[in-house]
Amino acid sequence: MKALTWHGTHDVRVDTVDDPEIINPRDAIIKVTSTAICGSDLHLYDGVIPAVRPGDILGHEFMGEVMETGKDSTLTKGQRVVVPFTISCGGCFHCKMQQYSCCDNSNPAEKQDMSATLYGHPMSALFGYSHLTGGYSGGQAEYVRVPFSDVGPIVVPDHLDDDRVLFLSDILPTGWMGAENADIQPDDTVAVWGCGPVGLFAIQSALVMGASKVIAIDHYPNRLALARQLGAEVIDFRGTDVREALMEMSGGIGVDAVIDAVGMEAHGFAPDNVIDIAKQKIGMGADRAAALKQAILAVRPGGRVSIPGVYGGMTDKFPLGAMMEKALQVRGGQTHVQRYTKDLLEKIEDGTLDTTFLISHRLPLEDAARGYKCFREEQDSWTKVVLKPGMELGQTK
Amino acid sequence: MTINTQSSDRKSGRTGATAAIASAALAVGGIAIGAAIARRRAASTDDAPERSRKNLPGGNALVGRTVTIGRSREKLHGFWEKIENLPEVMENVERIERNAETDIWHIRAPGGTTVQVETRITENVPGERIAWESVEGSSIDTRGEVTFRDAPGDRGTRVTLVMSYDPPAGALGRTVAKLFRREPEVQARHDLKRFKMLMETGEIATSAHRRDRTRAAQQETE
Ligand SMILES: [Zn+2]
Ligand SMILES: [Zn+2]
Repeated sequence: MKALTWHGTHDVRVDTVDDPEIINPRDAIIKVTSTAICGSDLHLYDGVIPAVRPGDILGHEFMGEVMETGKDSTLTKGQRVVVPFTISCGGCFHCKMQQYSCCDNSNPAEKQDMSATLYGHPMSALFGYSHLTGGYSGGQAEYVRVPFSDVGPIVVPDHLDDDRVLFLSDILPTGWMGAENADIQPDDTVAVWGCGPVGLFAIQSALVMGASKVIAIDHYPNRLALARQLGAEVIDFRGTDVREALMEMSGGIGVDAVIDAVGMEAHGFAPDNVIDIAKQKIGMGADRAAALKQAILAVRPGGRVSIPGVYGGMTDKFPLGAMMEKALQVRGGQTHVQRYTKDLLEKIEDGTLDTTFLISHRLPLEDAARGYKCFREEQDSWTKVVLKPGMELGQTK
Repeated sequence: MTINTQSSDRKSGRTGATAAIASAALAVGGIAIGAAIARRRAASTDDAPERSRKNLPGGNALVGRTVTIGRSREKLHGFWEKIENLPEVMENVERIERNAETDIWHIRAPGGTTVQVETRITENVPGERIAWESVEGSSIDTRGEVTFRDAPGDRGTRVTLVMSYDPPAGALGRTVAKLFRREPEVQARHDLKRFKMLMETGEIATSAHRRDRTRAAQQETE
């Protein structure tokens, strides 16, 4: 089969590799019909996540058709499914509490040591996201082996085409959980840093949850326009003092909740000087947390801080005092995707949520390397790239 | 009954490693008869198990690890009692041969060789614990114990695996020592994790995408 593989920093290629096979009883093999490039894939592309090996297949946002099932899978051949990027067993202590992204049983035992050293506990497994999270082959491929297929994949009805449901795999539930973690109350003013896909979905979710005002912060004009189109007020941080503006726009109180949908690399957000303490030990650099630091200073005393943005290492000069002295509640987390897929599918079906506005480019899988390059270099116009295995080269829609 | 009392006469003639083994055995025995006693014997000022002490007498001769598994004590004990099941979760154990009185563990060693260790079960209490020790003349002097205790609420069972070992002298001893020093702590942790996976999910997680690339399959062909 064809698959997008990692070969080094800024070097990804579509290679021909072996087709996956059923290995465990609960596995299924999915024939991919749509798979997206995620902002967090750019962290792999930029080489800031350790333990990616040449030949690794990337991609964690995908959906497709069930081709083959293990004896304990509950799927049947021919079903259309969206696959959560978190691999979760459904039956461990964490999964039973719906903390699916903390699953104990999905990251192979021999791969758990690195994240256990880094975080104190091993991480659960994710598709196509380095050996830190299990080393599972990802979805930017024609076929994928999906473990625990009786728990993760959600069957979608035929009348909803791929573009409407694909983002149930990650960014829609991630944006939703980002808003949920901000514990939004009616009358709240909420500020969202970053108008990438997760930020935009967090804005949409916060409004659905009843926030009276959502303020979006970015500097890409097109992304700010998308945020405004969703109903947010926007701040371009290049020309505006963000904290001053947020104080004024929240009536001098400060925003009630802040959502950092930027994450570790903070492209465009003023980078800090970094001290790579962690790098020496475990090969992971310090995170540039400029957006998060600003968010913590901007939130009102007693407010909430939600962190759906991806961080992987450590950061320097963190405003710890503000966190304590202002009595903030801070929540982060990889998304417990399986907790949200059913409800969000209903919200897509009844029209509460539409995610198709986000897709700027559709490319054949063969063109994936170009997709990475453009998505990274032209963030303003390339808001979201969907790869379609089987689509003809040269086709763009 | 504790392991150390049972084997004390066999140990008495030894020198050198005797102290290490004695304290290791003491720890194993202590855990067997209750954490409170273990604490007193270890003369420690806190409530942590002896194996988590920073300066463990006997260096790496004692390995211990606890994992919580969402299954009943009886079910977990049942798996462990069929000792020939263990190679499924213990990756450096190729197979276990059951005989009338003893079991022979075929353990993978560096360089494609295997080391055989002959053990016998010294205690088997359904739903509670299983203990074993190597017989006289075995290539590795080892003992181990797995205990099953109720976890709070519906969390299942706390499974603790404690093993101690004393490699023999000579060339074989060096091989064995190397084998066991290949991070036995890590090995024990991985083995218990695989046990947990198998019990909770019915399978052992692998990120391979071809059957011949799983860790187990690769080991077969090594
Ligand atoms: Zn993603
Ligand atoms: Zn789980």
